[in-house]
Amino acid sequence: MTTRIPARFARCAAEGRPALVTYTMAGDPDLATAQAILDALPAAGADIIELGMPFSDPMADGPGVQAAGQRALANGQTMRKTLSMVEAFRRKDADTPIVLMGYYNPIYIFGVDAFLVAAKAAGVDGMIVVDLPPEEDAELCIPALKADINFIRLATPTTDEARLPTVLNNTSGFVYYVSMNGITGASIKNHAAVGEAVMRIKAHTDLPVVVGFGIKTAEDAARMGRESDGIAVGTAICNAVLGSLDNGKATAGTVGAVTSLVAGLAGGVKRAKEAA
Amino acid sequence: MTVHGANSLRNGPDEQGRFGIFGGRFVAETLMPLIIDLEKAYREAQADPAFKAEVEFLGKHYTGRPSPLYFAERLTEKLGGAKVYFKREELNHTGSHKLNNTVGQILLAKRMGKTRIIAETGAGQHGVATATVCAKFDLPCVVFMGATDVERQYPNVLRMKMLGAEVRAVTAGAGTLKDAMNEALRDWVTNVESTYYLIGTAAGPHPYPEMVRNFQSVIGEEIKAQHFEAEGKLPDAVVACVGGGSNAIGTFHAFLDDPSVKIYGAEAGGHGVDIENGHAASMTGGRPGVLHGNRTYLLQDADGQILEGHSISAGLDYPGVGPEHSYLHDTKRVTYAPITDDEALEAFQLCTRLEGIIPALESAHGLAQVMKVAPTMRKDETIVLCLSGRGDKDVESVGRYLGFNK
Repeated sequence: MTTRIPARFARCAAEGRPALVTYTMAGDPDLATAQAILDALPAAGADIIELGMPFSDPMADGPGVQAAGQRALANGQTMRKTLSMVEAFRRKDADTPIVLMGYYNPIYIFGVDAFLVAAKAAGVDGMIVVDLPPEEDAELCIPALKADINFIRLATPTTDEARLPTVLNNTSGFVYYVSMNGITGASIKNHAAVGEAVMRIKAHTDLPVVVGFGIKTAEDAARMGRESDGIAVGTAICNAVLGSLDNGKATAGTVGAVTSLVAGLAGGVKRAKEAA
Repeated sequence: MTVHGANSLRNGPDEQGRFGIFGGRFVAETLMPLIIDLEKAYREAQADPAFKAEVEFLGKHYTGRPSPLYFAERLTEKLGGAKVYFKREELNHTGSHKLNNTVGQILLAKRMGKTRIIAETGAGQHGVATATVCAKFDLPCVVFMGATDVERQYPNVLRMKMLGAEVRAVTAGAGTLKDAMNEALRDWVTNVESTYYLIGTAAGPHPYPEMVRNFQSVIGEEIKAQHFEAEGKLPDAVVACVGGGSNAIGTFHAFLDDPSVKIYGAEAGGHGVDIENGHAASMTGGRPGVLHGNRTYLLQDADGQILEGHSISAGLDYPGVGPEHSYLHDTKRVTYAPITDDEALEAFQLCTRLEGIIPALESAHGLAQVMKVAPTMRKDETIVLCLSGRGDKDVESVGRYLGFNK
């Protein structure tokens, strides 16, 4: 594996802080604005970038991410355009890892082999595909590993001790711990349980563990970053895009709305280990 | 569950939940442990004679099984070919075949200790059947239904509410069955510990397609026995409408290994299959993809985005189909053919006037296929339609289409 992900976690660890993983939807609200947002994320403080591949039926997402995907699709976003965004980003930034996140069907229809070749060439480091559990590893996970792309698995509160090895097997890059049973954008009810779950996962793997779902503010980021190696924020960013729009169209404030939110979250992760 | 010969078409699914390349378990990790538990609980139930006995007892005394096999004499005369029989699933309690499945699954939910039931519904028939068993077994019930369907199938919304269910109208997308299923899956992920998702069709992640098929297979088994009694032989053809395909697979399964029996599935042809997004015929007009936990034929665009589809019938207005149908389509054992909205409306009226039976718009699609096939068959041949539901729920919307004014 020669992706950019391990080096980035090593750098964050050397700085004594968790990584800030940001999620933005490719093509939201339009291709040019989404590209400008993507390009501005590293300077705003994002350590790892998750780029959402919009899908018509995002079963694991709440209203914030659903709406972002619908805006992108309404403006003609396609898988090729999403990959071209990564390519354009890579011309300016050779180091920040990019993880594509979404659902399997658009990849399946693109063609798994063609997709992996195109993604690797564009500069993609990893993938999170929500509806591919370990039981379906032959579909994409194993081919991705062969194509030198990390396949990042979700572990959840329902993943018990007996199942954890199944989930961790073939996982690479990092483990994404879903903080709750629920969809993106819901609220974490039991913070202590999340910390315990992260420790439980870390007892089984040397991979970094990132916590996502329900993290909205710099305070959340600081709090959830104490025990974890990174925190992921998505819905809050999609909602920041939404809040900046005028009649559904990007405004002069759209990119700034995202970068100021991300800068605040970056401040949160910097405080995470100090607070501990 | 190999109980048939090695070449039998009735052996599926395999241990991975596949029918050929179709099926599988394409769900979020949160749901995966539960789906494994569900399969385990279902296998235990299958092996438990007490479970089988309870399903049969309720089938007889609550649902009203067996449903009659009825010779449609005037329709036969009108079509001038094969003898037409109706399998009268519309006479079941709640007015459709859906109760066969909800009775089985509610008993399973009880065995698993679940305390809350959710379901999706299109025409409302499955929602009503779920609300019914939840009332009987004293479990809280939430039914997700697309906002468009709430409007066009309002009588069923009232029934569900009276039975004590909460009906949540889903406004996302076109407000039809696909959107209801998305929302049900979101609820399930959120309440996975307490909640049993009672899927109404033979689709979704393994083991649902197999389980729903098995609960519905009583339809075909009864047809076989009743037809032997009436005609002393196997039927020459069986026909059912296909949305997700639960009444169809229930009708077909018993006949898959009888090559003399021709099998037809009627898909929703809407405005016509050559009109993009104007129909819901996923096998005629779609291609394999992954949605709602399984790989199957789906209506989708070139980029893998799922289309909304269209059908006059809320129960068929779904861009996918159960995975076993996709397999039977590819192996060519079953002929799937599109029926347009207009053809279904014509069949609806013919059945009502000639036989005094108001069929559900879904079942009218099957009847329209019978109207095409029966005249091409000999008079000593027979064709059996699964009349999967009654049309009371549709009289208002059909009345509007036909211009009946108040």
